Amino acid sequence: MSLLLTSYPRQPDRHDELLTETGEPRQHWQALLEMLAMEAPAEMRERAESVRRQVRENGVTYNVYADTKGLQRPWDLDVLPFILPHEEWAGIESAIIQRAQLLNSILLDVYGEQQLLQQEQLPPSLIHGHAGFLRPCHGIRHPDDIALHFYAVDLARSPDGSWWVVADRTQAPSGAGYALENRTVIASVFPDLFRDLNIQRLSGFFNSLRDSLNHWGRECAQRQSALDARIAPLSVGEQPLTVLLTPGPYNETYHEQSYLAGYLGFPLVQGNDLTVRNGVVWLKTLSGLKPVHAILRRLDDDFCDPLELNADSVLGVAGLTDAARRGNVLIANSLGSNLLQSGALLGFLPGLCERLLGQPLQMPSVATWWCGEPLALQSVIANLDTLVIKPAFPQIQERPIFGADLDAEARAALIEKLRQAPQNYIAQEMVNISQAPVWDGHGQQVSARAVGLRVYACATPQGYVVMPGGLTRVATGLDNRVITMQRGGTSKDTWVTAPHSMAYRSLIRHTTSSRDLVRSDAFLSSRMVENLFWFGRYAVRNHHIARLLRTAIHYLLEFSPEHRAVEWPTVQQLCVWYGLMPPDEEDDLGHAIPTTLSDEDIEALLVAAVYDSGANTLASNVQHFFHLAFKLRERLSDDNWRMINQMSQRFGQGHAEPTLSDALEQLDETTLGLVTLAGFTLDGMTRDHGWRFLSIGRRIERLQFLCILLLRALAMPVQANLDWLLELTDSIVTYRARYSAQPEWLPVLDLLLMDENNPNAMVFQLKGLAKYLGQIGATYSSGGEAERISELLTQLRGFDPDATLCQGNIQLINWLNATYQASLQVSNQLNLRFFSYSGR
Amino acid sequence: MTTLPSSKPTMPPLRYHVQHVTEYDYDHTVTLSQQLLHLTPRDSAYQQCLYHQIRISPAPSESAEHADFFGNQSRCFAIYAPHEALRVSAEFSVQLSARPTMDSLPASTPWTVLRDMLQEQASQHLEACAYLYGSPKVPCSPALADYASLAFTPDRPILDASLALTQQIYHDFEYDADATDVSTPLHEVLHNKRGVCQDFAHLMAGCLRSLGLACRYVSGYILTNRDAGQPALIGADASHAWVSVYCPQYGWVDFDPTNNCLVQHEHVTMAWGRDYTDVSPMRGVVLGGGGQRLKVSVTVTAIGDRAPAVQLPL
Repeated sequence: MSLLLTSYPRQPDRHDELLTETGEPRQHWQALLEMLAMEAPAEMRERAESVRRQVRENGVTYNVYADTKGLQRPWDLDVLPFILPHEEWAGIESAIIQRAQLLNSILLDVYGEQQLLQQEQLPPSLIHGHAGFLRPCHGIRHPDDIALHFYAVDLARSPDGSWWVVADRTQAPSGAGYALENRTVIASVFPDLFRDLNIQRLSGFFNSLRDSLNHWGRECAQRQSALDARIAPLSVGEQPLTVLLTPGPYNETYHEQSYLAGYLGFPLVQGNDLTVRNGVVWLKTLSGLKPVHAILRRLDDDFCDPLELNADSVLGVAGLTDAARRGNVLIANSLGSNLLQSGALLGFLPGLCERLLGQPLQMPSVATWWCGEPLALQSVIANLDTLVIKPAFPQIQERPIFGADLDAEARAALIEKLRQAPQNYIAQEMVNISQAPVWDGHGQQVSARAVGLRVYACATPQGYVVMPGGLTRVATGLDNRVITMQRGGTSKDTWVTAPHSMAYRSLIRHTTSSRDLVRSDAFLSSRMVENLFWFGRYAVRNHHIARLLRTAIHYLLEFSPEHRAVEWPTVQQLCVWYGLMPPDEEDDLGHAIPTTLSDEDIEALLVAAVYDSGANTLASNVQHFFHLAFKLRERLSDDNWRMINQMSQRFGQGHAEPTLSDALEQLDETTLGLVTLAGFTLDGMTRDHGWRFLSIGRRIERLQFLCILLLRALAMPVQANLDWLLELTDSIVTYRARYSAQPEWLPVLDLLLMDENNPNAMVFQLKGLAKYLGQIGATYSSGGEAERISELLTQLRGFDPDATLCQGNIQLINWLNATYQASLQVSNQLNLRFFSYSGR
Repeated sequence: MTTLPSSKPTMPPLRYHVQHVTEYDYDHTVTLSQQLLHLTPRDSAYQQCLYHQIRISPAPSESAEHADFFGNQSRCFAIYAPHEALRVSAEFSVQLSARPTMDSLPASTPWTVLRDMLQEQASQHLEACAYLYGSPKVPCSPALADYASLAFTPDRPILDASLALTQQIYHDFEYDADATDVSTPLHEVLHNKRGVCQDFAHLMAGCLRSLGLACRYVSGYILTNRDAGQPALIGADASHAWVSVYCPQYGWVDFDPTNNCLVQHEHVTMAWGRDYTDVSPMRGVVLGGGGQRLKVSVTVTAIGDRAPAVQLPL
């Protein structure tokens, strides 16, 4: 034990979570220390490695805004848990319940009768001057008088060992999902210790959250069907529909949101997945609109409704405020709750607690002065050295300023800023927060860092319950005063010992009924299938583009202008069709003027078509593909995702001035990646309707390409070489195996059109397309798409090869044109029937 | 955005008929339209609504009314049927009664005293507190307070100072419909000294609030200047905006900086709030549509005015 702690720093001005004042380990840490002392050093190394691996493999990430490279930052988790004994926890629990009740009462009053303003318990400037006070939300009524359903609070321990509240999170608290994932990982590396210490489980808390939201959701369902006879009441045993509303994949905690949604069994939806009709919120699914009863939101207040709140928001749901006002949907937390997430309120809480609850506030807030009060401002300016200045309202995005850090000039500037807009700032006393042991992977020993604890509470019909644990956040090494995940802090699992033996309950829900299976497909959102469809199209489109550019580069490298003169114009036309090369200029009569490009010109154009960031290059198409994949992350396997991630990253790397051979290498790698992805699609994805939309997208894209390719190629001079055509359609190997002769039109067209065994043949594409369209039509009523494709298939099969499969055959040209038009129409029809955001 | 005649009509008619037509023409089909209207006139001590009707085409699939936080009647509606154009016509008539003139508003509270009252005895002036602070279109600033201080000399009665500020804005600023649009920030208006009634109302509200005084933004209509005997031109008018200043003795007193006057009986009040964003006549969200063209036409007629209305050529 002594070895482990040799370099453990003692800091007399801080509370130490691990050691007492006399340097003895506190009782609740002893089991952990004893275990570490008895085992071989390699054990901890393995644990740390296991933690790193699990975080990576689970794909736990924390996005950093405005940083495309940092989009995928792995979550940082310390291997040592933060342990609290149940005696101490009981005090925290009771204080947090009281605080949640208090904040809920304030919220109800401010958005209701406003007695606190009349009774001078709150200064009007704190409400009317607060950008977070949303007037359209005034008067929203809440079932059981609960507006604050999910609450988090940041705690820190002062040198005397007592806990203080640093900040309240009343809008859409983040981190509970990370706490859950931390638990899964850390409990797995200390299985024996976790059991021996009898650590309280987290699952009960999340069950309470789910059950409570569903409880109130059920009330909303009753209300909906009472007001509108067309909305059927929930049948016996039917669960209300609760969704988790996310701002989308670019939000910093998107990973956590998708994890929580999965854990709670709530569909993860974005604003445009929902629509409001007659004051009821509906989810747009493949099978039409489904009424939504409760929304757990991670979207900020004012972004929730472009109709009544921030008109610029594209993330929200128009009419959501009205739906809430009519009591047709439960929104957790209620719109406008951001108001309480203000440090300016802290100083008023003791008085408000006495007034509203008739009891003293159990846990104090860190001493906080709101500069909006003239006396407070004077005192803040006089004591700047001992204070940290923070924005009073979350809308003001400024970093905390430590008075002690400032030179005379910066200090004067700060004072000027405070005087200009005092109501926008608060000053907090600097607290030397406690330090806890962290594992130092380099030194293989226990080190110390400052920690803060985020604790969560949720409302239930029986009152508030507190998660027995939480998210312990660890300060970065550089500045022990700042704890933020935004700027690269670490986290810990939080262990609360249980007072008595509690039955083991797994975090993973083992009981999945057949109902759940039906649900997942029933709630396949329109947005999801649209993304899957385009994911399929772009996967194939990029494959075509990469192969086409490779063909073009080969022609350029292997043939002189004279030797490629017959085929080259067609290759170039295809590049123009994809927007990879500029079109020929036209004369005044609209006739193309054939441009004779030098080899150097063509080389520059082709390299640009691979790498340039402008529209219609391979790089930009791959980027677009990546963004589609990112929106589908919860449906893609880790391998799938890694492959796409690598593909997109390779375009951003190096090559200040790429050459033709760099481009070729890039094209080979991209092609390989896309072929691998196609394999995942075939082998690794469940055949549900989502997969069918993806496959339809792939096939429509392939059909369009084949039509255009053949129409152009058939117009080539008779002496044209057809090798490139087979190369481009990935059919050269098959052809050579069969014919070992110079390609001719009849066998080439047979292979590319009519060969039922060639996956690159049109007949194969049409067959699959008709099948998938038919399956979707069978579930969601037919729109005639499958029939249209089947008709083309019958025509194709009816061709007499000898008569039809040759250049200049009008029947073949007409059929190709008709097939191309049909592919466009089917795509548009799907768009109107299934993707259109207006709902149906 | 219109200006009053320089000399007031001698016998002002007290009944007005207003028609406010908003037409959207879209490039592509709109598949869903959700709109929020503030097109219902408010009743007050000086104004009584005699008749009111809102007609919407195509017919809304749903429609509901509610009173907003500021007491304005707002209506939201939605159209689910695909459409390429939208027309909202609000038509109403009101009866106005005379408001006090400056002569009958003597010895109002010195503004500095009022400012301190609002700060120190806020709970007794809660209604005013809603209009005391910066808002989305009207941020408070030292520059605004500076500009106001020319009119707001120490201890000057609040209404005298407000009238002086009304005159100051009228003289310093040029009415210029091309200088600003709805997104022009207030500090730019202050700097360029140009704008329309909405800018001047925002500016005046910003000045008062920057001094710690309460001021509402009022939206409505005004009877326009017409040559005697000329028929009213349908659609030639526009919505108007002015401010209302809080004064404990007399309640809220309206000033029109665009027309350099204390509001009397040419102004028809629709709605009030902190700024334009709270009371815009029509805001909404449409799906589809692509590009859109907006046409707004407002006609204010004094009832009893014999001249027949003629349709403006489109």
